[in-house]
Amino acid sequence: MNLDFSTITPYIPFMLEGIWVTIKFVSGALVFGFILGTLLALCKISSIKPLNWLAMVYTSIFRGTPLILQLMFFYLAIPQLTGYDISPFLSAVLAFGLNSAAYISEIIRAGIQAVDKGQTEAAMALGVPYNQLMRDIILPQALKNILPALMNEVITLTKESALVSTISVLDLMRRAQVVGADLYRNFEPLLFVGFIYWVMVFGLSSIGRMIERRLKVSDQS
Amino acid sequence: MIKVENLTKKFGKNEVLCGISTEIAKGEVVSIIGPSGSGKSTFLRCINFLETPTSGRIMIEGHDMTDSKIPIHKMRQQIGMVFQHFHLFPHLTVLENLTYAPMKAKGVKKQIAVEKARELLKRVGLLEKETAYPSSLSGGQKQRVAIARSLAMEPDLMLFDEPTSALDPEMVKEVLDVMKDLAKSGMTMVVVTHEMGFAREVADRILFLDHGVLLEEGKPAEFFTHPKTTRAKEFLDKIL
Repeated sequence: MNLDFSTITPYIPFMLEGIWVTIKFVSGALVFGFILGTLLALCKISSIKPLNWLAMVYTSIFRGTPLILQLMFFYLAIPQLTGYDISPFLSAVLAFGLNSAAYISEIIRAGIQAVDKGQTEAAMALGVPYNQLMRDIILPQALKNILPALMNEVITLTKESALVSTISVLDLMRRAQVVGADLYRNFEPLLFVGFIYWVMVFGLSSIGRMIERRLKVSDQS
Repeated sequence: MIKVENLTKKFGKNEVLCGISTEIAKGEVVSIIGPSGSGKSTFLRCINFLETPTSGRIMIEGHDMTDSKIPIHKMRQQIGMVFQHFHLFPHLTVLENLTYAPMKAKGVKKQIAVEKARELLKRVGLLEKETAYPSSLSGGQKQRVAIARSLAMEPDLMLFDEPTSALDPEMVKEVLDVMKDLAKSGMTMVVVTHEMGFAREVADRILFLDHGVLLEEGKPAEFFTHPKTTRAKEFLDKIL
């Protein structure tokens, strides 16, 4: 056995920069996925049939194919078709955002449908227009229901984000590989970034638990 | 005030309302009674279009509810509705439950909405609960808040869908008292209820529904002592 963590010391700042890249890209994909996912969820519960259908097909495609294929598709295939030279970062945010939207839309749909139908009826009977009652009455209650599932999705996304190393985005994972190639030692850098991933996920789960606890206290419904 | 013409409602092949026609005058208190499954609640829910009628017309203050030109949510603002299971908004305080719709749907200023809400809470005897969340209230208190919430929109008409059926017996009176007080103030009310005492004492008119048909209508004194149809007689025999 020949382990020497001192060899990676000069590379530590380089690898730590990857945290920022990963966070930037995960949060970008998440915001994008959340907005699109909410819209898709609304389409799914809409009474307009073509919208239901559209959202179902969308979800089916993005859940039914490998994420890495979708990633390659945006990075390699789309430029071939359009001639637009897309940056690795942008294609990663796009692919992850669109993919995550499919999962998030299912989570939100279930959350909305779990809210008592009487809530919609009560707000309707008061003369509140549909869009407004959705936003003020149904979504806040749905969001509370789905928080654990949503947090799970954030954690999954954080870990899966390592896939972007395959299209040369300099995220945590990629940086570990770069260092590994430079040193001809892989154990130390991989273990190092592995630890960083674990800390990030641990932090996220703690935040999730904290928010859940606070919601329980403030609302007591 | 309300004119219903030949109202029918089908759920699939099942005909729940088979051509109901009636008129309700301003300030009148009408009780709808009948066996379960007779279409009482469906009838009530058609009046504010929580259920879309299959055919027929509903006119409220001369406006045709079946006419799509009037935005339905605007029409609903004039019709309050109280549900069996209250349906208070659990994530809002009692006061916010009352001010939400006036502020968001009608554009009433916050200060005015709050003032009005406090006045209504006082009227239903729950002013001290304004900062509480619905989950901390008893059933009777919830229903009184729900009534106040509907009144906050200053409706011309109030619909009650079995407002006391989900309550513990000792809480029925406090809700009925609020409703009696409301009736006295001249509110037009349509009440689906199993509280025959209330129907007899407060209602100006009884509508008796059976299998989606308006079998009988009349003054409570008449209806309860001399029902015209055998079906109504049977029904009253069973429950009184």
